[in-house]
Amino acid sequence: MRGVAGTSGARSPWLGTAAWRGLFSDRPMIPLLALLAVLVVASEIVRPGIVGPEWIGIMLRAAVPLAILAGCQTLTMLTGGIDLSVGAVASMAGFVVASLAAGSGVPTGIVIALVAAALAGLVSGIGVGVFRVHPLIMTLGMSLVVLGLVNFWQLQTITTSTGIPGEFRTVGSSTLAKILPYSLVVFVPLAAIILVGLRRTGYGRLLYAIGDNPVAARLSGARSWQILIVLYVVSALLAAAAGFLISGLTNTASVSLADSYVLPSVAAAVIGGTSIMGGRGGFAGTIVGALILTVLSSLLTSLGYPEAVRQILFGSIIVAVAAAYTRVTTES
Amino acid sequence: MTLTTTGLLLEATGISKTYGAVVALKCASLAVRPGEVHALMGANGAGKSTLVKILTGAVRPDGGTIAVHGRPRTVHSPAEARRSGLVSIYQEPALVPDLDIRSNLRLTETPLEPFRHWLHELGLEDLDLSSIARRVPLASLRIIDLARALAIEPDVLMLDEMTAALPANLTERVLEVIGRQRGGDRSVIFISHRMIEIAAVCDRATVLREGETVGVVDVTEGSEERIVELMLGEGVVDMPTAAERRAAAARASGATARLTARDLSSGTKLSDVSFDLYPGEVLGVVALEGQGQDELFDILAGSQRPSGGELLVDGAPVSFHHPADAIRAGLVYVPADRAEALLMQRSVRENIALPFTARIRRWGLINAGDEHRKVDRAIATLQIDTRAHGEVRRLSGGNQQKVTIARWVAGGVRTMLCFDPTRGIDIRTKNQIYVLLRDLAEAGAAVLFYTSELKEVQLVCDRAIVIFGGRVVAEIGAANADEAALLHAAYNLRSGALMPEQIVAEATAVEAAVVVPADPPAARPTGPEADR
Amino acid sequence: MSAATAPVDSGRVALAGLLGSSARRNAWILGLLGFLALLLVFTKLIQPNYGVPGIQGLAISVLPLALAAVAQAIVVISGGIDLSIGSMMALISVVSATLMAGQSEQFDVAVVVGVLVLGLLLGAVNGGLAVVTRVPDIVVTLAMSFVWAGCALLVADSPGGGAAQWLKDLVTGSIGNEWIPKPAVVLVAVVALIWIPVRRSRLGLSIYGVGSDRLAAFRSGVSVGRTRILAYALMGLFAALAGLSLTASTGIGTPVPGPYTLMSVAAIVLGGVSLAGGRGGVFGPIVAVMILQIIRTDMTFLDVDTNLATVLQGLILIGVVMIGSIVQIRRARG
Repeated sequence: MRGVAGTSGARSPWLGTAAWRGLFSDRPMIPLLALLAVLVVASEIVRPGIVGPEWIGIMLRAAVPLAILAGCQTLTMLTGGIDLSVGAVASMAGFVVASLAAGSGVPTGIVIALVAAALAGLVSGIGVGVFRVHPLIMTLGMSLVVLGLVNFWQLQTITTSTGIPGEFRTVGSSTLAKILPYSLVVFVPLAAIILVGLRRTGYGRLLYAIGDNPVAARLSGARSWQILIVLYVVSALLAAAAGFLISGLTNTASVSLADSYVLPSVAAAVIGGTSIMGGRGGFAGTIVGALILTVLSSLLTSLGYPEAVRQILFGSIIVAVAAAYTRVTTES
Repeated sequence: MTLTTTGLLLEATGISKTYGAVVALKCASLAVRPGEVHALMGANGAGKSTLVKILTGAVRPDGGTIAVHGRPRTVHSPAEARRSGLVSIYQEPALVPDLDIRSNLRLTETPLEPFRHWLHELGLEDLDLSSIARRVPLASLRIIDLARALAIEPDVLMLDEMTAALPANLTERVLEVIGRQRGGDRSVIFISHRMIEIAAVCDRATVLREGETVGVVDVTEGSEERIVELMLGEGVVDMPTAAERRAAAARASGATARLTARDLSSGTKLSDVSFDLYPGEVLGVVALEGQGQDELFDILAGSQRPSGGELLVDGAPVSFHHPADAIRAGLVYVPADRAEALLMQRSVRENIALPFTARIRRWGLINAGDEHRKVDRAIATLQIDTRAHGEVRRLSGGNQQKVTIARWVAGGVRTMLCFDPTRGIDIRTKNQIYVLLRDLAEAGAAVLFYTSELKEVQLVCDRAIVIFGGRVVAEIGAANADEAALLHAAYNLRSGALMPEQIVAEATAVEAAVVVPADPPAARPTGPEADR
Repeated sequence: MSAATAPVDSGRVALAGLLGSSARRNAWILGLLGFLALLLVFTKLIQPNYGVPGIQGLAISVLPLALAAVAQAIVVISGGIDLSIGSMMALISVVSATLMAGQSEQFDVAVVVGVLVLGLLLGAVNGGLAVVTRVPDIVVTLAMSFVWAGCALLVADSPGGGAAQWLKDLVTGSIGNEWIPKPAVVLVAVVALIWIPVRRSRLGLSIYGVGSDRLAAFRSGVSVGRTRILAYALMGLFAALAGLSLTASTGIGTPVPGPYTLMSVAAIVLGGVSLAGGRGGVFGPIVAVMILQIIRTDMTFLDVDTNLATVLQGLILIGVVMIGSIVQIRRARG
């Protein structure tokens, strides 16, 4: 009978070996970095000589705002949520500063934008944390509200000039020695806070905990409403910061500035290994995910593929990567 | 259908299944003859449920063969298994909650007339088929599930802990109906933790240990010892008996109660419950299913607010709005359901450290060294097997339960509320938990211990209170708290009063006996009022 | 406590609960209908000449979103969610408009049938991927929204094409009485011909079953994967109808997805479909779409900035869901 017991092999051939599984589930960074390396090599092959300091600078510059927005998704997804209002909040922040810069000055504009973002986050957080509204619905509704209000405000302030302040353009789009974009000045501290916050603080632990099992977290004394309100405020503030960078990068202030970032931000978090069901993932993977998407995007552009192909590939890659993760992390 | 020479209805050989690093089954086998009721026995984590799931196509085995009527079969889904004549009743009823009963029957293509017949046989004739499943009581759902399975006349019917939490009258009907299946050409595979039920209805028993079939026993007089031996594999730890312990009274005299409940009420479920819990004692709580003990523990743990009465901790009144308040007052809660308490995707370490970071002022940086020390000490105290490193969901049930306790032990326990912490775990882990609770009490903690296994009271408690119909009806010292006395009190019978025949039968027939009485409580000759 | 009456009481409570639940379920729809009627009266008050043209305009503007909401409702009832409906509509719209431009009527009939089959396939692909990869639906369909939108851009990178005259006629004007606009008839017919038979079949039960409790449905012998794929395929069919209605009402195909995905989610939530699956129907979401559209119209009449209409839609969405959960929390406590 022992011979019969050995007739396993019902598992699928790809990723079938334990080694592959272990690699993906325990050290997802390795395959992610490998994928990134492959994409960089492919870029070099397609356009020999393109990979250099300048190219790296451009990639980093483009990836930074995406990585910050993907950070919003990472944090919210860890608790089993999602933040679809990041696009509206980011656009709002960029727009507010642009329209106030001339009149009231840049610092005032930034403060007002951050306060407005925090308010939006507070409302979302109260909806999700206190009233238990599904985060998808709550943030979706919130983005409609923010978008409508900004549009309305735009019509009221149509007379004042709306120009991107020079500081923003510098931080958003300039690079140091062509390789280090100034936006890293914003990004590195933020990323450090998120990384350390998730791994080494009580609050980070609780994000994982309420995403994994809200009942257990409650029975252990965690008050999820406190955690969630803080979370959505933090997410909105991060989105506002990303909005500043995007307005500086694109040198435009439009109410739909960051709309096109919403879905890629979710994609970057998913590629980076954060589970949308909560309780699993981290920001390091998300950063790599944002880089992968950025490099891929530029690779496709340099291959001369139209926007359409880029979108199709984006979608396919998300499904494939998410499927690979699911395969290695779920059992039975 | 012709039988082969072996004459077996169902034969599974060499079944193996691994989940990641955990081996659930290795070389398990099971042979069922036509017309027998076959028990599947084993401690928790022995692989009983996995084997049943494999037989009904809910889980795919890694290896092994299954033959029905001597013909090899591979079943890929419950629907396919059903067509092969294999039907299983799981612990959670397989009714879709948002559909009414009639639609649920349509979904499984169950013929209505046989269904009604079996419903009648099982004592649930007044069921409205248009009621939404979500609103039907759990016990009735289990009966509906069984009637639905019987109605399609399966060759092999598998019952996984069918009788757990069924009221006594329904349990009896179920056992009777199962017993009647004997001798025909159909078979039943019966899983239960209640040895008495096995003895009552089963012909043979297959015993699993650690995923392997270790023996097949004919169920006769005295075969229980043999089955337990096979299940355990090694001897049971001896517990000091109640008499050997210091008397709780001596310790309690003069001391302030750690926890005092005064006239606690919760709607109609709990009324005027009062008791004192002293440091250094384990106070047992005994009650039949649904007598208000769930509400009592929810109130003490801060999950629910009482509708009346007051709580005092160390003599000072407290009021809890959230479990966090109870924890701050030193009341920590171990629920029976591990899925309620654990972060399944996180590590043992994070699970144990969870309460440390819950409060807002602990949201900052974690003191890693301090945390490691506390967690390591708790893991050592509870002898948690962390070989399956990583996620808690990969641990066995017993080890998971230990993690839920370790979480509180790590931070130092003042008052622990345990709600049936030994439910559904193997005997070895149970013994470790008994020892731990005693040790906690010796160290000065107060423990409130609800248990559905009456014999645990004398093993662990100093005294016990008995709750019936939402009231404390008795307080019994450990020395007198044998199963008979507890059972008497749990049914709220005066000692010496004539026991209704059914309860006598129940007391001797059903070992655990933690079930709702057959009739509404006060319809008995001796209701709560009659007792006063 | 008198024990003899206890079972009677519990029976009564159960009955009351049952009646209450069915009343509650219908109460939501009735409330929506009442609110819709109030809005129509209000519209008539602020715009006395609101009449046949108004109703017809309402009907034609509601049709695509109503079909999208039906599509979303089906897939949410089955326990999923589809964030690619808008992209699918765009793809179907450009494919049909491109193929129909300047072709004969007979050919156009074939095109319509063809794109409906295409819709079924697109939906089945979404469902199949979600089932096979076991990636959460929300992620799969979000990713597929990129794919379908990309495909739409490949077909045509700018709005264009044409639509058959009969198709355009199908959604303009009225039939019989002038108060019965054709788009409304089309909507009712489509739902009655496709969804109602499905709802009454075993597939319909399975869809509700899988959405309500996947494990229980599986153990009841329902093929969960197949049911989910079929629910997605049905969703695709309705999304295709929605895309066709876009082509029919505008006469061209537009490759850029409209706001239909998110609005369809909003509409089903307002329409009483539980995002957890297993509960709700397609009628509520249709009424909800009409309400959302009339509010927009009214705000135009009132000379309110349409941007504030967006704000109001967001607030309504949040408000309804919040009230719903407050009621639930209260009930759980009481």
